[in-house]
Amino acid sequence: MAKGSAKKEPKVVGENKASTTPFTPARHEIPYDHLLEAKTDARLGKRLRKELGDDKIVAMFGDMVRLRRFEEQAGRAYQRRKIRGFCHLYIGQEAVAVGTMSALGEADSIVTHYREHGHALARGLSSNGVMAELFGKVDGYARGKGGSMHIFDASRNFYGGWGIVGGQIALGAGVAFANKYRGEKSVCVCFLGEGAIHQGIVHESLNMAAKWRLPLITIIENNRYAMGTSIERISAVTDLTKKAVGYDMFAESVDGQDVFSVHAAVKAAADRANNEGRPSFLEMRTYRYRGHSMTDPSDYRSKEEVEQEQDLRDPIVRLRNWIVANKLKSQDELNAIDDAMDRETKDAVEFADKSEFIDPSELTTDVYVEWPFDIE
Amino acid sequence: MRELAYREALNEALAEEMERDENVFLIGEEVAEYNGAYKVSKGLLERFGARRVIDTPIAEAGFAGISIGAAFTGLRPVVEMMTFNFAILALDMVANHAAKARYMSAGQLSCPIVIRGAGGAGGSLGAQHSQSLEAQYVHIPGLKVMMPSTPHDAKGMLKTAIRDPDPVIFIESEVLYGMKGEVPEEEYLIPMGKGDIKRAGKDVTLISWSRTVHTCLEASAKLAEEGIEAEVLDLRTIRPIDKDLIRESVKKTNRAVVVEEGWPWASVGASVAEFVARDLFDWLDAPVGRVHQRDIPMPYAFNLEPLSLPSVEKIVEAARAACYRK
Ligand SMILES: Cc1ncc(C[n+]2csc(CCOP(=O)(O)OP(=O)(O)O)c2C)c(N)n1
Repeated sequence: MAKGSAKKEPKVVGENKASTTPFTPARHEIPYDHLLEAKTDARLGKRLRKELGDDKIVAMFGDMVRLRRFEEQAGRAYQRRKIRGFCHLYIGQEAVAVGTMSALGEADSIVTHYREHGHALARGLSSNGVMAELFGKVDGYARGKGGSMHIFDASRNFYGGWGIVGGQIALGAGVAFANKYRGEKSVCVCFLGEGAIHQGIVHESLNMAAKWRLPLITIIENNRYAMGTSIERISAVTDLTKKAVGYDMFAESVDGQDVFSVHAAVKAAADRANNEGRPSFLEMRTYRYRGHSMTDPSDYRSKEEVEQEQDLRDPIVRLRNWIVANKLKSQDELNAIDDAMDRETKDAVEFADKSEFIDPSELTTDVYVEWPFDIE
Repeated sequence: MRELAYREALNEALAEEMERDENVFLIGEEVAEYNGAYKVSKGLLERFGARRVIDTPIAEAGFAGISIGAAFTGLRPVVEMMTFNFAILALDMVANHAAKARYMSAGQLSCPIVIRGAGGAGGSLGAQHSQSLEAQYVHIPGLKVMMPSTPHDAKGMLKTAIRDPDPVIFIESEVLYGMKGEVPEEEYLIPMGKGDIKRAGKDVTLISWSRTVHTCLEASAKLAEEGIEAEVLDLRTIRPIDKDLIRESVKKTNRAVVVEEGWPWASVGASVAEFVARDLFDWLDAPVGRVHQRDIPMPYAFNLEPLSLPSVEKIVEAARAACYRK
């Protein structure tokens, strides 16, 4: 070892000189300030009712319920080992996906991460097809080759589910680049978690998106935790919109548990992109009810915190209350929608279960295989 | 002897080295309060405090680079990468910076850093989370690369890696973390570059490292039933490799099969096979066999993944071929 070692002897760090301030603070030192007041803006509700119509709003309620029931079924199927590997449930964040997709058109595109079942369903992918992908079956959107984290549907400009935190933003900016290159009036929405925002690629991409005026809408789903790490512990700023300031990009924080606020913010961002050629950065304040993935016990947060979020801010309850209060539908009618979604997602499980596994001959399709180095 | 899980053995190595040397610290995503994504750092925050067990943002290039800079001054960072699929985000810091520092400065700088984490397929994790990326690192002069296959080796090797003056890439195995094995109470080190015979035999040499050592051991039990006694070599360090261990074994068996989890082209196995074929040309009675993952991204589908990975059957078949047996 001596022969190979460097000449310089390492300095010994004296104990007396050592700093005692931790680099990353402990979680109990962090105040919990995530809650925004759970109030649906009456004026916004009225405006959107006019713009969207009652049917669309009720459909958005149905979509949100579909997402939740789907994830509940997925969670159960995971316990039965029908779904394996990493599986990240979207429960609690439904308003973000549904509010976003309801503001997009067919020509718009989506790039997202591994917590994407909800994004896919809200974009119109079928419960059957998404569930079959989770089950690794041939009727899945990627014939079972992708899995829970990698849902794609090119026919709906749904450019995937990506698993390396942060990487997808460059891809999203790339799709937006192509839209601009072709002179098309359409946007690309890219979803990121708040934990992803510290990756270098995010900042490289935001700068180019701003400088090149790409029609990119970056949606930060701030569900407060990246695995077990709350945003306050690892970010120099907690107001995430500040991250976009250095790129002179439009940025705002949105109540991500209010589907109307999400819809309105994304709609405005799409207009901003299409009409003014300006990208947007939207922080959606949301919350994930379940663990990071199916194997995470969530012991980095208190039960009370989760319950408080569920009791005070649940996005489905909020929309339900608004619909009933404004007499679009009765509780019973909404219950019937919920029942239908329950059935649909249960059927999806049955469908996925019955679907076949892909034929082994497809092991080496969809890739260029370098013969003869693949010795087989 | 007492038994420890692979993750516990790693944990002990970290704790002992942090105890021994104030310059050693642990940094990475979820290493402190969460006790590590795979619980390797369990209890270390409590024991050593937040100054030495540091949670980071998800910013692999950044915290690897910060650690490399700190290492220039004599600190000994142990950087946990949640998995090596993410470690490659910091490949620039490692390849272009850490690996170059000592040479480019004519020995003025050294970079005593360990970059460690899980490698390989974990089971149905899909294409982006199932990669065996050791070849990316083994290629680079200035780095050393270790990949333990047992709790015993994991502990002794990690301690060596932490004490090494150069950057060491230390790739653990997602599927081995829970594996139990004998670990002595008293302190020991396993030298850099020293392999190990995991099973003695005389008919064919199976050369491997990390998880596939166990696949080789299973295969050798099958081969024994057919009257083929395989010798299983665990390289443990794959840069530098233990050439003498390979020479001794192949001179005895005259046949070799290299088994790896990674892809075939420009791989560690390819280089080992090339070494055997060239260095031991006169001793070989058969072409060097190879078993590896199929040359494709990992599929999620439960029926496809096992078809892609090296298996007991594939190793048995390759060993038979090397012995000219059907
Ligand atoms: C580059 C990279 N580093 C680490 C991981 C492991 N990992 C997967 S998800 C995750 C947390 C991400 O949190 P966030 O971005 O907030 O999204 P959320 O999961 O909360 O939706 C981590 C650390 C990864 N997949 N990729």
